[in-house]
Amino acid sequence: MSLKDHSDLPHLRRRALLQGATALAGATALGSLGFPAISLAQNKPIRIGMPTILSGRVAMLGQASSNAAMMEVEKFNASGGLGGRKIELIIRDSKGQPQEAARVARELITSDGCDILIDAEASSGAFAVHEVARDLGVLVIHTCSETSALTADPKLRTAMSFRCARQGVHDAIIGGAYAAKVAKEKNLRRWMTCSPDYAYGRDTTAEFIEYLKQFNKDIEVVGDVWPKLFQADYSEVITRLLQGKPQAVYSCLWGGDLTSFIDQSSIYALFKDKQFFAVNMADYAVLHNVKNIPPGLHSGNRYLKSFPTAAANFSWANTYQAKYKDMPLNWAWQNAAAIQFLTAAIKKSNSADSKKLAEALHGMTIDSPFGANGKLTLRADDHTLVDYALAWGELSGKEPFMANPLPGNWKEIATLEAEWKKRKGFA
Amino acid sequence: MNPTALLECLSSASCIVTQLGTGLIVGSLLFLVAAGLTLIFGVLGVVNFAHGSFYMLGAYVALTAYQLSGSFTTAVIAAGLGVGSFGLLFERFLMRRVYSADVLMQLLVCYAIVLIMDDVVKIFWGAEFLSMGMPDAFQSPPLFIAGGVVPVYYAYLIAAAMSIALLLWLLLTQTRMGKTVRAAAQNPTMTSALGINTSLIYAGVFAFGGMLAGLAGGLAAPVRSMSPGMGFSILIESFIVTVIGGMGSVSGALVGALLIGLIRSFGTIGFPLFVEGLMFLAMVLILILRPNGLLGKESRA
Repeated sequence: MSLKDHSDLPHLRRRALLQGATALAGATALGSLGFPAISLAQNKPIRIGMPTILSGRVAMLGQASSNAAMMEVEKFNASGGLGGRKIELIIRDSKGQPQEAARVARELITSDGCDILIDAEASSGAFAVHEVARDLGVLVIHTCSETSALTADPKLRTAMSFRCARQGVHDAIIGGAYAAKVAKEKNLRRWMTCSPDYAYGRDTTAEFIEYLKQFNKDIEVVGDVWPKLFQADYSEVITRLLQGKPQAVYSCLWGGDLTSFIDQSSIYALFKDKQFFAVNMADYAVLHNVKNIPPGLHSGNRYLKSFPTAAANFSWANTYQAKYKDMPLNWAWQNAAAIQFLTAAIKKSNSADSKKLAEALHGMTIDSPFGANGKLTLRADDHTLVDYALAWGELSGKEPFMANPLPGNWKEIATLEAEWKKRKGFA
Repeated sequence: MNPTALLECLSSASCIVTQLGTGLIVGSLLFLVAAGLTLIFGVLGVVNFAHGSFYMLGAYVALTAYQLSGSFTTAVIAAGLGVGSFGLLFERFLMRRVYSADVLMQLLVCYAIVLIMDDVVKIFWGAEFLSMGMPDAFQSPPLFIAGGVVPVYYAYLIAAAMSIALLLWLLLTQTRMGKTVRAAAQNPTMTSALGINTSLIYAGVFAFGGMLAGLAGGLAAPVRSMSPGMGFSILIESFIVTVIGGMGSVSGALVGALLIGLIRSFGTIGFPLFVEGLMFLAMVLILILRPNGLLGKESRA
């Protein structure tokens, strides 16, 4: 015992000495630079926590989210911040696991001192982060979850929660309308679906088919296949589609799964004489990896620098590409837009107080490169993003990839969305 | 469930050809991975839980070799040799040290390698998924046999896998080296007492198993997107194959892999929502009826 005490003494002395020296050096440095003590509090950074997926199979989505958010934060800080107060973005890896996303989110608030969360999680994690934010009463902006219920369901809604991301039902309405139009033009009656077998795949497919049939009564869905998420081999799925002899196929496969599916389908000539509607195709991660984009492939825009056609969008994509040597993805623009909203709210309220920021964000409209008409709005009714650039079109294998995008009509979306909410009991 | 669709398919030549082809292709790639896994288990008595990472490494090495050389043959050979060499190093520096340790220690070492390999892949090739694309030589319309569809590349792939299976069989049963390997598997103490370097055999078998996984990765590269962690799902299916075929039996691996392939291809017609379940059901049935697998022998003492 006494030996232990003695042995610890030099340690303690050294630590105390180091601490004292550090404190002295710090105080001297501050003094010599002329910072009065009070300005330390005024320059306290505005801490924003960001749980996202930085490891595992979809790590590139989290990386794109981080890159885009950081690019906007740097812009804000470079312009002087809030009277000299800068944003400190603290990014943590959730590994794509909901329980880890919840733990990380809680830690960002309680240990790292964040008052604001940018929730860059997929849907499974977003609901977990949402509950943490609700529990601790902090401001949260969901930037990646497209599950409509997250903001449509009034039971989940709070004054402090927002969604700055596309929404499943919006895509379904626009996609359904576009596909119904193509189906009428090309007389496509027999349809099949091929989507990943989990909540997102099932919900998104059901919503798309609902609107497809609403806009075109002749549609008949003759079969569906549900490959599992991250399936390596789609052979049996493809041959099932061949056996069904559909004229058109809808899919909400995404990322590497979609790439594999298209590559494998091509060698079976699945797309010969068939139209393929893949909502998640028009994102650079997929477009750059599919070596031969078959004719008759239609998609919703995820992120394209060519759409919206505004120069601001083109310029934003080029800046991102120059900085990160990569093209931005769908999650990138959504996170960039969230920081744009947040910094606009900080400026508007002249405060970093999360309650004041939430009040400012309520119904806020900002100028943004990603807006259908150069503007984005966080709708007051349900705190969700509207008026973002939304289109479907046929794809080709090179820039601009979608030569003739058919933009969505936001008036029509709003009307149909309101009816959908009523049917779901959300309104 | 749609048993009517399955019956309709079984009464149509085109459907049988298409689904049979699909079963063979799924089974062929599975066989190459499972053969290495079962070979290592049969000779060394250890389960290489890192085998999925070997497959992943094979795919990435093939991608780089293809980008550098433009030749798919070179890419596949590079994948086989590269991963074989990696398997050799893995055995010499890590696995050799835990042969006598309990299975948990072996699992720990393998799992560490899985995590390290995923990160190494991320460092060298990036976290985003990559795709090789179909080599020009195979970019042709599929073959139509009795109205059924068989892609040209898959026909080549099935032929390649079956050739490797035949070579493996000849190597193990008709050559002196094969006899030595089987002797080391049966009774390593007696084999070493006869002056044969069993340690060298172990290293060679590990390298060979790795090479088979690397070849599978290289052959899969044109049709499967690559991403860190891609080896995990094939590892699970390979385990099912080895359990069905019999742990340690290479011919069992072939039968098991083809069986799984056929269950997947025909199951998706008749039981589209229960394909995974069918695979596990087959495994459970075989475990109950033949606990050592279809072609497995009594476990060694």
